[in-house]
Amino acid sequence: MSTLRVDDLHAKVGTTEILRGVSFELSSGEVHVVMGPNGSGKSTLTHTLMGHRDYTVTAGSATIDGVELLGRSTWERAQAGLFAALQYPVEVPGVRVADLVGASLRARANGDDLAALDARVAVEAERLGVRDEFLERGVNDEFSGGEKKRLETLQLALLQPKFAILDEIDSGLDVDALRDVARRVEAMTTEAGLGVLAITHYARLLAELRPDRIHVMMAGRIVASGGPEIADRLEAVGYEGLAAELGIEALSVETPEAAPDPFLDNTMPASNPFAG
Amino acid sequence: MVAFPAFSVAAARALGGPEWLVERRVAAAEQLESTAWPTPAEEIWRYSRIDELDLSRYRPVPDADLGVAGDERAPGGGPWAMEAGAHAGLLVVRDGRVVRHELDPELEALGVRVCELATCGVDDEMRESLGAVVGDSTDAFTLLHDAFLPGGALISVPDGVVIDAPILVLHWCEGDGQASFPRTLVRAGRRSEVTVLERYGSPNTDHLVDAVTEIDAAPDAHVRYLSVQEHGPRTWHIGLQRARLGRDATLKTASVALGGDYARLRAEALLQGEGAESEMVAAYFGDGQQMLDFRTLQDHDAPRTRSALLFKGAVEDAASSVYSGLIRLREGAQKSEAYQTNRNLVLSEGASAESIPNLEILANDVKCSHGSTVGPIDDEQLYYLESRGIPPADAERLIVLGFFDDVFSRLPHGGLVASLRRTVIDKIEHRGGRSRGREQAAGRS
Repeated sequence: MSTLRVDDLHAKVGTTEILRGVSFELSSGEVHVVMGPNGSGKSTLTHTLMGHRDYTVTAGSATIDGVELLGRSTWERAQAGLFAALQYPVEVPGVRVADLVGASLRARANGDDLAALDARVAVEAERLGVRDEFLERGVNDEFSGGEKKRLETLQLALLQPKFAILDEIDSGLDVDALRDVARRVEAMTTEAGLGVLAITHYARLLAELRPDRIHVMMAGRIVASGGPEIADRLEAVGYEGLAAELGIEALSVETPEAAPDPFLDNTMPASNPFAG
Repeated sequence: MVAFPAFSVAAARALGGPEWLVERRVAAAEQLESTAWPTPAEEIWRYSRIDELDLSRYRPVPDADLGVAGDERAPGGGPWAMEAGAHAGLLVVRDGRVVRHELDPELEALGVRVCELATCGVDDEMRESLGAVVGDSTDAFTLLHDAFLPGGALISVPDGVVIDAPILVLHWCEGDGQASFPRTLVRAGRRSEVTVLERYGSPNTDHLVDAVTEIDAAPDAHVRYLSVQEHGPRTWHIGLQRARLGRDATLKTASVALGGDYARLRAEALLQGEGAESEMVAAYFGDGQQMLDFRTLQDHDAPRTRSALLFKGAVEDAASSVYSGLIRLREGAQKSEAYQTNRNLVLSEGASAESIPNLEILANDVKCSHGSTVGPIDDEQLYYLESRGIPPADAERLIVLGFFDDVFSRLPHGGLVASLRRTVIDKIEHRGGRSRGREQAAGRS
């Protein structure tokens, strides 16, 4: 049994403070959902916990079983058991998912995992409905939104972290893909004790993931936490209505969230055999 | 031009060989005397290090040192031949002279020739084809080459002959203060198919290589060509690789440049027959003080021709690279397509890459595009890999190898990819940390 504990986390992008005191505690096997309007700081929470260089922690702590993550480099946080399925997975041409997972397992010096890697990739791909051609291409390279999210989930399953942040894993997914992804994640929570922090705008992920706890985030803070009744309340009155009930004035922090910076330009016409 | 006694008309005449070759040399040497030596002020030499080249430092490899057919001293021929896997033919070339040649007897019976141009008794038509593809694209270095070439590797495939396995041309150049002039002539007859791999290497000697490769693809010929340059760290390499394509001929060329101090390649494809298609790819990686310099030409002179080019390079330490490419669509090239892409990764603060794409379009019904990028490894790619638990050094290595993957996967001969990837990894792992350049004890090749 492990615990991810985030305590009074403050973080800024540039000079703007986005996270203004986020606290929660997530245990192995639990599913927590973070909901909130655009600009409330949800993606900032992901990148701050993962250690993206554009996000600066100004106060607070984040630990797994008492071991501090903040101040460590991104790859060390990942090796400590934290995984983030990103909202905009980056295209890395020429680096196949097996190369990527293999490099991660090698850094962990886990020879047994490595020997069986190809077989494990094949099994997971089948479970998640990832076709072979996507295993042979560079990760996310010209993948559709849904294919990217399936591949994020595939990596999650292969890397077997203690805790996973799923940053809008439901965006860009059709109903079938959402079900495949949610079922795989749920199986990991029951079979491997994965703790999940799922960030979403939408209620539809809740039906699939059946969270233990829901947190509502506004303007850089968790303003309400509880069971399914919170989602019902949001459904009824919306974020603005809930904010009014809670006496909160600002829903969002005025700043753009970090946007992905795709490596590829789009100057090539589709007929160019080397396009992309 | 400034006179270089070692490269005079008399010196050109003094080299041995058949009379036609001597006459050819003398004519080139005379023309060279009235040719201006290049400077970086010329557009085609812009950004180059041509002003650092002191030709008086070199002399041609003496005739007596050039070796004879059957000379087994050419290092690299043996192990390289093994590494390259199965082959239909083999030419070992030392300082520009063919010292060994082999060919599958069945192909020989079909009229295929794989031999030394100067000595294998070729007919008039074949000897006149030497220089036909270079044509009017002469410059000081092609003239210097023609004035001192000892002979050349000839690969000639008659009409209709299809050769599955590659023909290897393994060049080794050595001799401190010497210059060598390797020449390769590939003639592919109508409806023929051939794959040629040229590999250049040298030890850690101050050597100048002035190389010319001509590829003449007759109508409906299909030619695949790969050149790999892995010279020692003090070698200068100035190469021309020029191809001519007849009607419906196809050509896939790939160049890999990893070695040398200053290494330049002018790679040109002339699409002269309707429906001809050319694909040119290259991968290059400079480290230490290296400069890798590429000038490309996709020259369309017939309707419905198609060309695509993808050149990808990386530089680190204090290395630099130049890519300058021209797409020319002449008036007669209606309904043609031409694409050109150059991408560069700059892996160290002190390294630099120039990328200069150019278009010259004289036809009005064509498709054409070009694009280029120069920049460091993308931070978001690094973050993505690190977020999966991959340490930064490993993540960079994966990204750089992945960057080259679409070129390596297109190499016309896959047998070398593992060794090329190892060299790339070696360069990444020694970034900033290896004493190289003029002090280095031995070449990597």
